[in-house]
Formats: sequence, C-alpha cells, structure tokens
Amino acid sequence: MTATQTGRDVILRMDNADKRFHGVHALKGVSIELGRGEVHAICGENGAGKSTLMKILMGVYSADSGTMYLNGKPVHFLSPRQALDAGIAIIEQELTPIPDMTVAENIFLGREPMVAGLFVNYRELNRMALEVLARIEVNIDPHRKMKTLSVAEVQLVEIAKALSYDSQVLIMDEPTSALGEKETDILFEIIHSLKEQGKGIFYISHRLKEIFRIADVVTILRDGEYIATRRTSGLDQDTLVSLMISRKLEGQYIKGNVPTLTPLLQVRDLVKRGRHEPISLELRRGEILGIYGLVGAGRSEFLESLFGVVKPDGGEILLNGKRASHRTPYDSIKNGVAFVTEDRKNSGLALILSVKDNATITSVRKYHRGPFVNRRRERDDVSRAIDFFSIKTPSERQLVRNLSGGNQQKVVLGRWLLSRPTILLMDEPTRGIDVGAKREIYRFMSDFASAGNGVIMVSSELPEIIGMADRILVFKDGRLSGEAARGEATEERLMQMAT
Amino acid sequence: MPDDASSMQESNKFRAILWELRIAIALVLICVYLSMATDHFLTTRNLINVLRQVSVNGLLSIGMTFIILTGGIDLSVGSMLAFGGVVTASFVSNAYKDVPSINPFHAICLGLLAGTVLGAVNGLVISKMRVTPFIMTLGMLSIARGMTYIYTNGMPITDLDKTFLQIGQGFFEPWGVRLLPWPVVIFLLAFAIAWVVLYRMKFGRYVYAVGGNARSARISGINVGFIIFMVYAISGFLCALAGVLLTARTSAGLPQAGVSYELDAIAAVVIGGTSMTGGKGPLIGTLLGVILIGVINSGLDQLSVSSYYQQVCKGLIIVGAVMLDYFQSDGER
Repeated sequence: MTATQTGRDVILRMDNADKRFHGVHALKGVSIELGRGEVHAICGENGAGKSTLMKILMGVYSADSGTMYLNGKPVHFLSPRQALDAGIAIIEQELTPIPDMTVAENIFLGREPMVAGLFVNYRELNRMALEVLARIEVNIDPHRKMKTLSVAEVQLVEIAKALSYDSQVLIMDEPTSALGEKETDILFEIIHSLKEQGKGIFYISHRLKEIFRIADVVTILRDGEYIATRRTSGLDQDTLVSLMISRKLEGQYIKGNVPTLTPLLQVRDLVKRGRHEPISLELRRGEILGIYGLVGAGRSEFLESLFGVVKPDGGEILLNGKRASHRTPYDSIKNGVAFVTEDRKNSGLALILSVKDNATITSVRKYHRGPFVNRRRERDDVSRAIDFFSIKTPSERQLVRNLSGGNQQKVVLGRWLLSRPTILLMDEPTRGIDVGAKREIYRFMSDFASAGNGVIMVSSELPEIIGMADRILVFKDGRLSGEAARGEATEERLMQMAT
Repeated sequence: MPDDASSMQESNKFRAILWELRIAIALVLICVYLSMATDHFLTTRNLINVLRQVSVNGLLSIGMTFIILTGGIDLSVGSMLAFGGVVTASFVSNAYKDVPSINPFHAICLGLLAGTVLGAVNGLVISKMRVTPFIMTLGMLSIARGMTYIYTNGMPITDLDKTFLQIGQGFFEPWGVRLLPWPVVIFLLAFAIAWVVLYRMKFGRYVYAVGGNARSARISGINVGFIIFMVYAISGFLCALAGVLLTARTSAGLPQAGVSYELDAIAAVVIGGTSMTGGKGPLIGTLLGVILIGVINSGLDQLSVSSYYQQVCKGLIIVGAVMLDYFQSDGER
C-alpha cells in the first residue's frame, strides 16, 4: 500500500482490515501505518469507516479479517483492556466520566494504589493525579468531583487519563469538538510534546484547519475504502476535501434568494428568568436569521422558550401579525414551527427506534383513517423524506442508532419537513456532520427560505453563519448585544459583539 | 466474492428470523417434550385448562407491556386486581349486606371503574409529580391491598350471582358449539384490541416514542405526561378485569387474591423480549411469554415436580431469556 515508507520507525501497522455489521460493509480492506513521533490524521465523511477502524485498533470490535502489528509483532486484541495494556489508549468522542467521582478517582479508575491490598491510598492517588495533570500543564484540583467540571475540563482530564497509561499510541476522536479556542491551543501544545516523546497519535477531526495545523500525515477513507495517504505539507484543503467526497465543492455556502420585508414571526419581550432576558426580534419571509454568541449566551434557551419547551415568564409571539400562544411544543408545531435541537442524541431522536418511527412521529397524527393510522400514506411520506434528503439507510426499518451522524441529522430534518412548517428553528444544525451532508443541509435551508418561509439558525461557527444568514443577531449574557446585515458581518465584528 | 457476500447475508437473515421466533420455538419444543413425557398434556381439555389459567396473568401482562414500553413499571397490579374483584363481588353477592345486589353487568362496570381509578392515580402522580414508577406503584401495592381488606373486613365475599359466575366458569358457545371458556375469549379479545391500539393507532406510536426518548418525544409535540397517565390507567382497567374473571372463576371475592402476581406479569413481558428501559419490544412476545409460563407451570405439575423446584425453574427461564439477548448482540453493547 502507498502508506509504506521504508526506513520509517513504525509503531503500529494494520493490514487489510475488513469488517461487516449485519450486512453493512463498514471497512473494505483498509491498511494504515503509524510512525513514532507522528500525528496521523484520519479523514472522511461520516460513515467512511474512521470510527470502525479505530474501534478495531482498540479491540472494541474484532476485524473479520486483517492483521495488526505492534512494534513489528502481530497482535490481536480481544478487549479494550488488552489494547490498553499493550499501550494503545483512546480518547473517545463521547466522554464517559463518572460524575460523582473525583478527578483523581476517574483517572485511575480500576488502578487505584492500595494499602494492604484492601484500602485505597487516597493521598498517593491524588499525588499521582496531580503529577499526570502537571505533565500536560493542566491546572485542575484532583479532589474536585467530575460533575463540577466544564466540558472542556472533562476533555482535558480524559487526555490525562489516556496519558497515565504510558501509552505509545493515542487515538483522539474529535478531541476539540467541546473545546474553546484557548483549550484547543493547550491540547495542541500537549500533542507537540507527546510527539517529541516519540508517541504516535491518530487524530480524527472534521475541522480540516486543525488537521493542517497539527497533523504530519493524513489518511483519507471514503465509504469504508482506503483512498490515499498524504503528507499534509504537500496538500491543500481543497484537494483534501475533494479526496474525501469525490466530487468538487463549489462555494460551500448557498443562499439563493433575497428576503422580503413581510414579517413572518415577531417576538416581543419574550423572557424566561434565569435563562434569558427579554428578547424582541422579527423574522421575515424568505429570510435566514442567524443567532451568534458564545456558549452559555442564552441562544438555545431562547429557542426553547420560543418553541414552548419551557414556558416563558412573559412576552408575546406574533405569527403573520396574529398573536399565537406557544405553551407547549404541540402548539408550536400546529402553528407551523419546527425545531431541530442542538443535541440529536439526547433531544432529537429516539436511537432505538426505526428511521420510519422517528421520521413520522410529529406527523403521524395527520395520517388518520378513522381511529387508525393510514399506513400507506405514512410509508409514502417516509420514502419521500428518505429520497428528499438522500438518507443512506438500507431500509426505513433500520434503527436510527445504526446510521452515521449526518444521516441521523437528515432523519431529524425529514421529520420536521413532514410536519410542513413555515418557520424552522435550527440549533447548531451541522454540528459533527461531514462536509457533504453539511452542503445538502445548507441547500435545503436556502430552498426552504426561498419558498417564502423563514429560518432561525443558531450557530457557533462563524464562517457558516456569515455565509448562510441574511441578518445576524448576537447574544451575550442572555440578551441581544448587536445586529449585522449580510455584507456587514465579519468574523471580527461578530466576535467583538459577543465578548 | 459476491456469492460469498450474498450467502452470508442469507445466513444472517436466517439467523435474524430464528431470533425473532425464539420464544415460539422454545414454546413448541417444550410442548413437544411434554406431550411425549406425559399422558395428559396433549388433550384439548388440558390445553384449554392452561389457557384458562393464563388468562388472568395475560390481562395483567398486556397492561404491564404498555407500561414497560414507556420505561415504567407497575408493581401494584395484584392489589388492583383484588380491589376490582371485591368491588364487583360486593355488588353481585347475596350475602354481602352493606351494598345492594345489582345487575351483574353494572357490578362489573363498577369494579372496572374502581381499578381504572387506582391506575389513574398511579399515572397522575407519576406524570405530574415525577415520583418514580417503582416507588409510586410500590406504594399503591400496599394502599390498594389495604383498601381491599378494609372494604371486605378481611373476609371473602361469597354467595355470588349465578349469571355472574358464568363469566369465569362458563363457555363461549356460538350457535351451540362449545368453543372456549369466557376468560380465554376475553383475554384474546383484550389482546387483539391492545395490538390494534399499539400498532395501528397513533397512541401506540407515542408509547414507543416516549419510551425511546421522552425528551425527543416532547419536542416532537407529544403530550408525554398524558401518554404516561394513560398507560397506568389502562393497566388499572385490565387488572380489574382480571380481578372480575378471577372472582367469577373462584366463586368468591377474595381480599388476598393476586398477591405477588406482578412477578409473573413482569416475567412474561421480559421473556417476551421487551426491554426494561422502554421503547423496544413486541406485544406478541408478551402473549408467548404468558403462554410459556402457563405451559411450564402446568407441565411441571404433570411431571409431578415439586412447586419449590417450579419456582427455581421459572426464575432460570427469566434470567435465561435476558441472557440470550446479551449473546445475540455479541456482547457489543
């Protein structure tokens, strides 16, 4: 394979890894090599096989075929424990701390220093934790309970934990998705020092800029197949993207029409104590209204008040000039409002239900034939949603759990499309989604607005919000702190209003 | 290697079908064994007897399935059964002087109402005051049992109306053909209605959606509290119905009826493949689970296995059914 470079000091090599899940060919003979002191990025759209490959390296899954070599010797891990003992640690995308345990207890869970083989030596435990945290120059008190930590701090503790195993190979799956800019800088410094110590790092991220910043080598996967391995120094972002999606991207952001001046939705002094201050705004027909702000600025909380997920303390909502009451989500849906939530796993989808059941849950009340569900109409609508968003699923009966993130998000969109909304509220609509799916979602938003509807989009990604929104409102500390029209908005200006 | 892949898919499909039918297969195997090992198992009379015996647990298990699908549990089914039973009994008894004897049909309606009210109280407290289902129904287990003893003074209510007893002891005889005992007919009818509600009406979709992810269900415009309220009220209704049948079958309203019946009901649902965390499980599995438990009880009786061993056996089956689940998923999750 092209990855082989003679004379390189290779820690880990995987030859021809192949894996199928219930008929889905997730990995088709992928080979990869990790050198000492190398940061090796793995790129690909959601569903390309990145996570599957990493889980095979970690012994979470066993490959149907393929051989793995660690320091030249063939190895076969039956469990993550064995991989850890051999010196391969992973920092997972979804963090799993035990909230009521302290930082030190979490780091050394199952490896606590003991006194007389019976009692935990807490003094030693905390000292060891302090040492590990100091190694990555993180200043967190090891006595603190995990539940008191911010998401970014939890992430750093997970990194410390992975390092505490003295691993030679570290796998980082989207390590920066919960980190702010400052913490990301800290993480990259840590990665640099790990490189110098001769460790190898697999780095998975959707943020291509990061890959060029931190990775030496990048391997691209597509639909479970190995595409290429390149040095980042001889690569540019457009080439990387085209390798990932096999079709050339034109301008990434699309917003076709110009909004009208007719107000579609007017919000007056909507307030919820402890969550956000009184907010007034107007959404016009054909408009995409962006809401920008830092995490904790009250943007999601505002959307929840607007949709009736929580009951606001005061204020009014006017739809097409008429007063509307949004006391529950049901009222909002009846009034033609849809809400794509920030966290599709917690509040968006029921993962253990099928694509069909997830897609039709808001609209099933419309398919009535007497007291019964008209199942033909239901099925027609589901296949329409699947076709419309080209959702990749073997059938409508597939469980949503088995779909990739991008396809899960499309199921959420499909569900709301079937409820025939005129106003779409979207909270971080493209978080954790690959480039191809992002583009499809942008196109949908644009088409939706062009048809005389309105979109309110909350996003933390500046290029996205500047590219898509006709007007951007900025939130800070639960109140509106500024507004910018298309053309006036720059990254600097929005940041200034938000901080 | 297209041939290889397709044959692999074929074998996967075959395995999936086998898995879907696992309880049915187990049931058939046990029945085949019992009909060879005993003289009486494979007689119409015995089979009808088994069905008659399972109809009470069957009704409880239907309600339990609805509740477990929403992620809840109902420990109070046995007590609600007893309360519904004695309320009905008191109105059809010639010996019970505190209340007048009335038309059996009206008496049954009163008993069903009593059970439904208890179930509705469960549902109201769980959905509005956020008391966990385990605690609320544990409380109701004691409350309803106590109310039953208070209502009856702890004495059985006997001397019941002869027409009323037909519903527990008589047969459904369309055009003079003796077909099935009334309790079996009522159980199967209740099952059919529950199936339609669960799989052909939007209420059923909402039950699965609430159990699958309550937050997502709420944002999708589902009145989650109402769905939860309803499943407990339905359970209360079905418990009272079971209580009425049991009362008619035993010719007495017994205040101690239905003690620990919640165990068999939960067992039937779990054996049937319903997930205790909600959102997943087939109602038909519950039917098979109910019959499986009934067949084993009756079969072990006929094999003269002591009732002590029977309990051990039932416990092993419950745990075994869930362990199968683990092996099926290759222990991945």
